Amino acid sequence: MENLKAKAFELRKDVVKMIMEGKAGHIGGDMSVMEILVELYFRQMNITPETVESPDRDLFVMSKGHCVEALYAVLAARGFLDIEEIIKTYSKFGSQYIGHPNNKIPGIEMNSGSLGHGLPVAVGMALAGKMSNKDYRVYTVMGDGEVAEGSVWEGAMSGSMYKLDNLCAVIDRNRLQISGSTEDVMAHRDLVAKWTDFGWHAISVDGNDLDELHRAFEEAKTVKGKPTIIIANTIKGYGSPVMEDKANWHHKVPTAEEAEQIFRDFDSKKEAALNE
Amino acid sequence: MNKIANRQVICETLMERAKTDKDIVVLCSDSRGSASLTPFAQGYPEQFVEAGIAEQDLVGMSAGLAKCGKKVFCASPASFLSTRSYEQIKVDCAYSRTNVKLIGISGGISYGALGMSHHSAQDIAAISAIPNIRVYLPSDRHQTKCLMEALLEDEEPAYIRVGRNAVEDVYEEGNVNFQMNKAGVIGENPEECEILLVACGEMVKPCVDAAKTLNEKGIKIIVLDMYCVKPLDKEAIIKYAAKAKAVVTVEEHSPFGGLGSMVSQVVAAECPKRVINMALPDAPVITGTSREVFDYYGLNAEGIEKTVEEVLRK
Repeated sequence: MENLKAKAFELRKDVVKMIMEGKAGHIGGDMSVMEILVELYFRQMNITPETVESPDRDLFVMSKGHCVEALYAVLAARGFLDIEEIIKTYSKFGSQYIGHPNNKIPGIEMNSGSLGHGLPVAVGMALAGKMSNKDYRVYTVMGDGEVAEGSVWEGAMSGSMYKLDNLCAVIDRNRLQISGSTEDVMAHRDLVAKWTDFGWHAISVDGNDLDELHRAFEEAKTVKGKPTIIIANTIKGYGSPVMEDKANWHHKVPTAEEAEQIFRDFDSKKEAALNE
Repeated sequence: MNKIANRQVICETLMERAKTDKDIVVLCSDSRGSASLTPFAQGYPEQFVEAGIAEQDLVGMSAGLAKCGKKVFCASPASFLSTRSYEQIKVDCAYSRTNVKLIGISGGISYGALGMSHHSAQDIAAISAIPNIRVYLPSDRHQTKCLMEALLEDEEPAYIRVGRNAVEDVYEEGNVNFQMNKAGVIGENPEECEILLVACGEMVKPCVDAAKTLNEKGIKIIVLDMYCVKPLDKEAIIKYAAKAKAVVTVEEHSPFGGLGSMVSQVVAAECPKRVINMALPDAPVITGTSREVFDYYGLNAEGIEKTVEEVLRK
């Protein structure tokens, strides 16, 4: 069995390479969301490059679309895409690898980028599964800043109204958005209480800990009659103290020196994971 | 006088198809009554989804359902559907290319005295500016039925605007001569066109009435029923505009970015001549029923006749 904790740091390196080459990208959120995507694509979702069109596949919507670089890295690691091509062309003239998910790319279901869209779309997908008696599950990942969008709460209402226990949403709760702390920009207060009040099964975990994430996703599968929300408490920029928990790393492109340090930090985290 | 509104025809067509096609799904936003879709909701509860008063969720859910193979018809008042959920239409339907047919009910100024919040006088401009989505404004119940049957056969997103009230027939049942994305050509002699009238939706009927009177006065008129506002039937416009002395467009829409703007662009580029745009004013409209409002702004047969005669005098 592949060491996924180590893998997550390897994939972070791909993301940084992409961002260095393309001179753009939302690095902070890419780092916070990485374990969530690794867990989904390596251990949870029933989808492979061969089954991207299967009506029985599990579906994923990257609602926090600006962190597409992390999704590209994970999709490439699972054989959907070619990482070298992505690193070479990401964000460049004429590239299909733009700065937000695009469903012309194999493995990407929906175009996103504007925040607050993923949950209503995922609700529709889960509803379709119920209507057609399909066993597939639907996943979406939102940013915590994104949760200020009203459409998220519209989706929260319909998700519980229609008892969509085949739907699991995740909030990448890194507590920072472009202007600073989420609690200073638009306070969320208690997300577990809010989602519970909206009729969801809410689980709060360390979102950079694959074991905790794994347990939460497995728990979600056992919940009946309501959708599950996983509040994944993460660290923005996770993996290197150069960028950890710093709002200005929302979409900063590292300098060559910073990148060297970041790669060293990833390597030591990877080593530690391998020696666990 | 016909008593069947276009929205009712939409419900009947969907109910007929839903008997055999279990992938048809209808969504409303607390609008099943306004959309005349209550019979569908009652007859096919397993194929009906209530979104509540939440148009963003309505359109997002529609896109998700469509992505998973459902043939989605999403009906909500045109005023809210076209602007409250504009971004979901742009991103989740058009950009993601999901098979969602957006039915804008009570379109234009159908809601009359309810005021500008309930009017959709900018939906043509708004939706037409988005790539990957089509815009249709059928003129009567018979054309609405033909259009719905055609839309049930394709898998691309579209926006369909219909009014609230029953409108008089433009066509005879079984004799619509409907071709998808081709304007209906109405005139005594297609070879003779002194003035070309181009209209869509509820404005087609007054154009046909005006054309009859004008033809009796010896003024040769061709009316293009441009129900397919996007993709616009440019070929038909060029064919008849080239013969005409001038072109008059008539629409239940703002003067900006609607049918008039589009026709003017085509005529200016392909066969330059005078184009007069008859439309609603760039202002909240006067209070009244839609009939009273149309009459006030000259968007009726008399107003169209007057405009044509003035154009010919100049």
